[in-house]
Amino acid sequence: MIALIDYGAGNLRSVENALARLNATATIAATPEDLDRAQAILFPGVGAAAPAMASLRDRGLDRAVITAIRNGVPFLGICLGMQLLFERSAEDGAACLGIIPGTVERLNTREKLPHVGWNTLEHVRPHPVLEGIEGEAFYFVHSYVVLPRHPAVVAGDTTHGVPFVSAIARQGLVGVQFHPERSGTAGLRLLENFLRFAKVEAAA
Amino acid sequence: MLLKRIIPCLDTAGGRVVKGTHFQQLRDQGDPVALARAYSEDGADELTFLDIDATPQGRATLVDLVERTAYEVFIPLTVGGGIREVDEIRTLLRAGADKVSIQTAAVQRPELITEAARAFGSQCIVVAIDAKRVAGDGWMAFTHGGRTPTGIEAVGWAIEAQHRGAGEILLTSIDADGTRAGYDLELTRAVVDAVQIPVIASGGAGHPKDLEAVLTVGRADAALAASIFHSGAFPIPQVKAYLAGHGIPVRI
Repeated sequence: MIALIDYGAGNLRSVENALARLNATATIAATPEDLDRAQAILFPGVGAAAPAMASLRDRGLDRAVITAIRNGVPFLGICLGMQLLFERSAEDGAACLGIIPGTVERLNTREKLPHVGWNTLEHVRPHPVLEGIEGEAFYFVHSYVVLPRHPAVVAGDTTHGVPFVSAIARQGLVGVQFHPERSGTAGLRLLENFLRFAKVEAAA
Repeated sequence: MLLKRIIPCLDTAGGRVVKGTHFQQLRDQGDPVALARAYSEDGADELTFLDIDATPQGRATLVDLVERTAYEVFIPLTVGGGIREVDEIRTLLRAGADKVSIQTAAVQRPELITEAARAFGSQCIVVAIDAKRVAGDGWMAFTHGGRTPTGIEAVGWAIEAQHRGAGEILLTSIDADGTRAGYDLELTRAVVDAVQIPVIASGGAGHPKDLEAVLTVGRADAALAASIFHSGAFPIPQVKAYLAGHGIPVRI
């Protein structure tokens, strides 16, 4: 079962639609029990960190996400869904899940913010979920970026005046700053990679 | 590097495209979903639906159209046309729109921008400004396709829209619109220089060089166009190849 976390902050519909295109069905997960049964988890997100964290806590999903990742369930965090995995966000000073050491800060650039539009993913570190997408353009909409404390989790970067981390990976956990569900064929490829990876992990 | 966006605009009414397009096999059916898919496959970076049928029944049809488009087109979709309420915005976003464009209602009640940005985030609130050059220098904002003056100075209005929470400005030159003689570069540049949010230029594209000009001289972040694509004169791949050949970063 592929779980799509619903905490009232994500644009679930577009992720669902993209999965449907790939002949996969996601189960909307709004309770910890839903996540317990998941073989793979997608964690989307649009909006601000503080209300998103409050909503996760209200539903008991914060502990459930931490447990699932600790248990090695293949996990894909998208945009805010990646940022929330870090310790703290400068956006509203929100305390986040603390699964990945590091913080979320406003991008320190002279270019326009929010960073809206298509930009390329560079320096991709080999990972099954990120296969075949080096140099491709993806759709971004954000002002804040992740600052991992350990460079080893960095799996790709993008430049908007300055380079920033646009993909992270740690074992079965992958996070991307862009929106694969809105990034045409390149985005669908990443989601397909994730589904295949999850299937392989489930069979192992 | 952030790429410049090319955005085809489809005028819709009653769930149909109301202006012809060059996709011959699709023209008869006028199905916006099929056209959206065709443009997406052609390399459009985003799509904009501008609904000119603001009746309650037309609204319901638009929501259905957005749902069907979002189901099979995986690039950002902006929807505009007669949007007046936060609830309407919520319905369209839930249906699968990534952004909504508000114009007349924003002029009449600027608080709508703030309310919508608070509820859904600035990233999905586009404020559309139709500007017309006036005697002396400068531009004034108009509504209803340029028929209704607002008495508001366009560049100042763009600044206010940004402060109120707009995430992008969709700037249409009424003077240039429909002429195919090129965008109003001066207007575009004036607004781009005045705000810190992305500006989508619209109105006047007739040749790829017009898009090149508005993205370089005009410094627009994105170029929106309709007839240049609908007429088949310059398909998106050709426009993008032209832009890339002139050193403009685009998604090929």
